[in-house]
Amino acid sequence: MKKVYVNEKWCLGCRLCEYYCAFAAAGGNDMAKALKGVKPNSRIKIEKHGDISFAVSCRHCKEALCLRGCITGALGVTDGVVAIDHERCVSCYTCVLLCPYGAVSPSPEGPAQKCELCVKTTDGSPACVKGCPNRAIVFEDRGE
Amino acid sequence: MKYVIIGNSAAGIGCVEGIRQIDREGGIAVITAEAHHTYSRPLISYLLKGKTDREKILYRRENFYSDNNCRLLKSTLVSAIEPEEKQVVLSNEEKIPYDKLLVSTGSRAFIPAFEGLSSVKDKFTFMSLDDAIGLEKSLDKYKRVLIVGGGLIGLKCAEGIRDKVAHVTVLDLAERIMSSILDDGGAEIMQRHIECNDISFRLGASIKRFESNSAFLENGDVIEFDILVLAVGVSPNDELLNGIADTDRGIAVNEKSQTTAPGIYAAGDCTKSFDISSGHNKNMALLPNAYMQGECAGINMAGGEKTFDKAIPMNAIGFFGKHIITAGNYSGDVYSEEHPGGYKRIFYGNNRLNGYILIGNIEKAGIYTSLIREQTPLDTIDFELICKQPRLMAFAKDERMSKIGGV
Ligand SMILES: Cc1cc2nc3c(=O)[nH]c(=O)nc-3n(C[C@H](O)[C@H](O)[C@H](O)COP(=O)(O)OP(=O)(O)OC[C@H]3O[C@@H](n4cnc5c(N)ncnc54)[C@H](O)[C@@H]3O)c2cc1C
Repeated sequence: MKKVYVNEKWCLGCRLCEYYCAFAAAGGNDMAKALKGVKPNSRIKIEKHGDISFAVSCRHCKEALCLRGCITGALGVTDGVVAIDHERCVSCYTCVLLCPYGAVSPSPEGPAQKCELCVKTTDGSPACVKGCPNRAIVFEDRGE
Repeated sequence: MKYVIIGNSAAGIGCVEGIRQIDREGGIAVITAEAHHTYSRPLISYLLKGKTDREKILYRRENFYSDNNCRLLKSTLVSAIEPEEKQVVLSNEEKIPYDKLLVSTGSRAFIPAFEGLSSVKDKFTFMSLDDAIGLEKSLDKYKRVLIVGGGLIGLKCAEGIRDKVAHVTVLDLAERIMSSILDDGGAEIMQRHIECNDISFRLGASIKRFESNSAFLENGDVIEFDILVLAVGVSPNDELLNGIADTDRGIAVNEKSQTTAPGIYAAGDCTKSFDISSGHNKNMALLPNAYMQGECAGINMAGGEKTFDKAIPMNAIGFFGKHIITAGNYSGDVYSEEHPGGYKRIFYGNNRLNGYILIGNIEKAGIYTSLIREQTPLDTIDFELICKQPRLMAFAKDERMSKIGGV
C-alpha cells in the first residue's frame, strides 16, 4: 500500500509539513484550530537536533501494536490505514505507551491522534507530502 | 477444525482474530459466564463517570461474532475440561467437543478473610460490568464509600464514583498508592493530585474487623461507611486446568501460548508468562498482553506460526486529567527529572533500559517501551539524548532510515 516515507537528507526542518497536517486535520478551513497552542496540532512531527531533522508520522504497521493494545477497541484498520475512532477513545494513551515510533499522541481535546493518511480529510492524498517544499516527504508504494 | 474458547474478553477476542487470520472456515464457540457481548473491562469506571456508555463500552462491534463466523454462548459456565474426550463440560452438563481449546478465563477479585465481612450489607468488588451496574444502583450523594485497595482498580473506581457520592476514602496496607507501578516520589505526586480532587487516603492502615457499617483498624481508629468496595488484588482463574496442565497461581504457557496439555492453549490474566524486563515468570494482568497472547494462541491453534515473547509489565493510566505511563522493572541506575506537574525516572543497567516512570508529559513514551521490549543495547543509541526526551533521533542513522523509510 501507499505510505508516507521521509528522507532526512532532504528535510530542511522548516515544519511546513506540520502546518499543512494540522490544517488538513482541522478540516482544512480553520487555521485557528489547527494552530491551537504554541506548536501546530499536527500528527506528523519534526525531530530536530543539530544539523539533522526529519519528520515522523505513523508507519501504519502491519502488526500495529497500538491497535492490538487498545483497551476500548477505538483503533481499527481499513485497507491498511490504522485509524482512531475519537468517539470511543477514552484518552488512556495505551497506544502512546505502545507505539515504537512515538507517532501517536494526545490531542488538545483529549483523544489520541495519529496520521490517518488524510483519508478522512482533504482529497485523500496526504497534505504533508503536498506541502513539503523539498520533496523530503513522499507518498509511495514500496511493497510494505 | 473445531475451536472452543473459554472467555469472551481481550484474550478470547484476540484468539478469534488470530484464528481468522489463518482459518476462515473452522467453527468457533466462544463461551462466557457473563451475560454480555464482549466489552472493555477497564472501561467500567469510565461508565460510572459518564465518559462512556453501554454502547461505546463494547470492545468489538455488534456484528463481531457473525462477521467472524463464531457462536457466542453467553451466561454459560464451563465447569470442567475433559482432555481425554476433548470436550468441555458446561454447568448444565452439556458437553462441547473441541479440536483446539483456549482457556482465557481471566482473573477474579481476591477477597481477604476479614472478620465480620459478612455483616457488611452494601459491599462490592470492581471487576465486571455487572459489578459496576450493581454498585451504581447503590450510589447516592449522601453516601460514604470506603474502598479497600489503593492500586489501579481501587483508584479507578474512586475516580469513577467520586461525583456521585458524599465522600470516598481509599485505604491500603501499603504506605503508598499504586505501589505496583510507582516509586515513592511518583506515588506522592499522584496522591496529592487525587487528594486535590476530594478523595481521602488512609495508607499504612490495616483492617482488624468489620461490623456492619464500621471498619475497625489495627491502630484503634474506626471508619464509618455506607458502601464498601474491595479491590485488594486479583487472582488468576486457573482452576479448570488444575491436574490437567501445569498451574501455579497462573497457568504456565510457553511463547506459543501452549499449556503443558496437548491441544490446550491459554492466554491473558489467567496465565503466568515470562517478563523479559525482569527475567521472571509473572501474572501480567494487563489488557494489551492479554490480547496479544490470545492472538498468538489463535494463530498457532489454526496451524500458523507465531510467538509472543515480548511481554513486559506496562501501564497507561490517568486520574483527573493527570497521566501516567510506566513499563518494565525499576532496578539499576536512575536518571531523574522533576518539574512542576512532571516526573520522570529511567532505570537502566548492563547496557539495557530496565524500566521507566513518566507522569505528566507522556509523549512518545512508546520509544522507551520499545527499548525495553527489543532489549536494545544502550551503547548503540545516544542515551543521554533519549533520556531527556524519547526520540528517534537518538538512534544511529541506518536505524533511523529503516524506521522512517528514508531512501
Ligand atoms: C476496573 C479495571 C480497570 C482496568 N484497567 C486497565 C487498564 O487501564 N489497562 C490495562 O491494560 N488493563 C486494565 N485492567 C485489566 C484488564 O481488564 C485485564 O487485563 C483484561 O481484561 C484481561 O483479559 P482476559 O481476556 O485475560 O480476561 P478477563 O477480561 O478477566 O475475561 C475473562 C473471561 O472469562 C470468562 N470466564 C471465566 N471463567 C469462566 C468459566 N468457568 N466459564 C465460562 N466463562 C468463564 C468471563 O466471563 C470473561 O468473559 C483493568 C481491570 C479492571 C477490573
